[in-house]
Amino acid sequence: MAKKNNKVIGQDAIIKKGWLVAHKWLLLRRLSQLGILGLFLLGPLFGYWLIKGNMSASLTMDTIPLTDPFVFLQTLFTGYLPQATVITGAVIVALFYFIVGGRVYCSWVCPVNIVTDAADWLRRVLKIKTSLSFSRMGRYGLLVVSMVLASVTGMLVWELVNPVTMIQRELVFGMGLSWLFIAGIFILDAFVSRRAWCGHLCPMGAFYSLIGQLSVIKVNTINRHLCNDCMDCFAVCPEPQVIKPALKGNAESSPVINSGNCTNCARCIDVCAENVFTIKHRFIN
Amino acid sequence: MSKQTNKASQSRRRFLENISKAAGGAALFGIGLGLYSQQSESLPSTAIRPPGVDNENDFLSACVRCGLCVRDCPYDTLKLSKLGDHVALGTPYFDARNIPCEMCEDIPCVRACPTGALDPELTNIDDARMGLAVLIDQEACIAFQGLRCEVCYNVCPVRDKAISINRSHNIRTGKHALFIPVVHSSDCTGCGKCEHACILEEAAIKVLPTKLAKGELGSHYRLSWEEKEKAGKSLVTPDIEHKYNLPEGSRYDYEGEGLIQPDSTPFNESAIDRLNKGKL
Repeated sequence: MAKKNNKVIGQDAIIKKGWLVAHKWLLLRRLSQLGILGLFLLGPLFGYWLIKGNMSASLTMDTIPLTDPFVFLQTLFTGYLPQATVITGAVIVALFYFIVGGRVYCSWVCPVNIVTDAADWLRRVLKIKTSLSFSRMGRYGLLVVSMVLASVTGMLVWELVNPVTMIQRELVFGMGLSWLFIAGIFILDAFVSRRAWCGHLCPMGAFYSLIGQLSVIKVNTINRHLCNDCMDCFAVCPEPQVIKPALKGNAESSPVINSGNCTNCARCIDVCAENVFTIKHRFIN
Repeated sequence: MSKQTNKASQSRRRFLENISKAAGGAALFGIGLGLYSQQSESLPSTAIRPPGVDNENDFLSACVRCGLCVRDCPYDTLKLSKLGDHVALGTPYFDARNIPCEMCEDIPCVRACPTGALDPELTNIDDARMGLAVLIDQEACIAFQGLRCEVCYNVCPVRDKAISINRSHNIRTGKHALFIPVVHSSDCTGCGKCEHACILEEAAIKVLPTKLAKGELGSHYRLSWEEKEKAGKSLVTPDIEHKYNLPEGSRYDYEGEGLIQPDSTPFNESAIDRLNKGKL
């Protein structure tokens, strides 16, 4: 990675825009992740049941059902047709992510992202350069495996080991040994392979990337002519392969970052001193 | 080969390599996970499912592990299994010895279930079959020592149907009765109140998964007396009335007094007359 020596990522942006603006999207994302977790915890901790359940399926204000479409799809693959409540919930959630971007789930909602971002931060600070790498296709392999296993065994096999739903559930319902999985993912990402979990292995992320393939809200390299090749966006991006086609494309190519694997985390906007990036609907060119 | 096609074929090779690596790794992992899942299907015998679960496998295909049933359980009976609990991860269960099911009439856990994993057609809690109580240790149960306890009988919400007390002779004292609790699978809901209330250090009566607790007669078996009742007559050659080979004039009443002598009128006869008849 062409990173300038000992330079903090986004240093120029911090100098030019000020620390707060250069961390705006990161702070908003943390607020969103912790806020959503906090809403789930209002009931168990303070007895105020705005939302019941967990991120696999929930009921808001005793009326609005929400269901994780990935978990829902697994139940369909077992051959079981669930009742209407859970179907409605899955449709609502899938539509939402279809509009805002599938992997917005990963960067704005999923608490595991905080763990893997922290691991990546540690990796940068300690300058860890381990070279083991997983294929970014691995997650699609696991997505297929999770659905095939559901249909072969007739049960939600992936949910027996899914670290994402496990961590989400145990944060809300009381911690078992799932902190071991949190530690495991942290160690994997920090010391074994960069962005291994969220960027290479997680089939939930893969699933949401498919929902987000055609989503409406996208990051746009609208001012790509201003790019000074500082490479900070590539260094900070959890899916750096998605930036290049838009940022470094020729004049006819779309400046929209079209990959479903862009998580719309907007850290590129934060770290860019030249204001190359912006968030827009996809129809702008 | 031109430089460009060479480059294209290289990138194609890299792509194929990448795909096969991912597919191979995922497939290997899938096989391992599939095998592990077979093991996790076995539910520990102390873990009881909420009402409305007829078949463990069907349940595991339908439950999305959201915990809404747990949240709506007013007695904190239900728990979601955590990593390390040996129950399929994230699914609801309860431990009857700890907190039994209170058998709410409106069955809030079933109503809360968004998927139908807890059968919404269960509307009468008495029809629930969460498990089956079994008086599993007759050595420790104090009723078998001839002591009066009957706590399990008294706490049973379906008393006299799900548990009844059968009296039998106490051989040890020779003059008392044993008051033995007997569970009837036709009415036991598996709520576990009996197990919870059992006064022993370790409960002698336990709720077990029905599959574990219940035997089953071969489907070809027919019980003659039931068949006879159904048909209204004997289906085989009618029984010949049993005859005893007794001295002339004597009778034997099987269900009543036993041997009856023709002229036995023991208390209105004088001893001399009896002696004259050759009887003692």
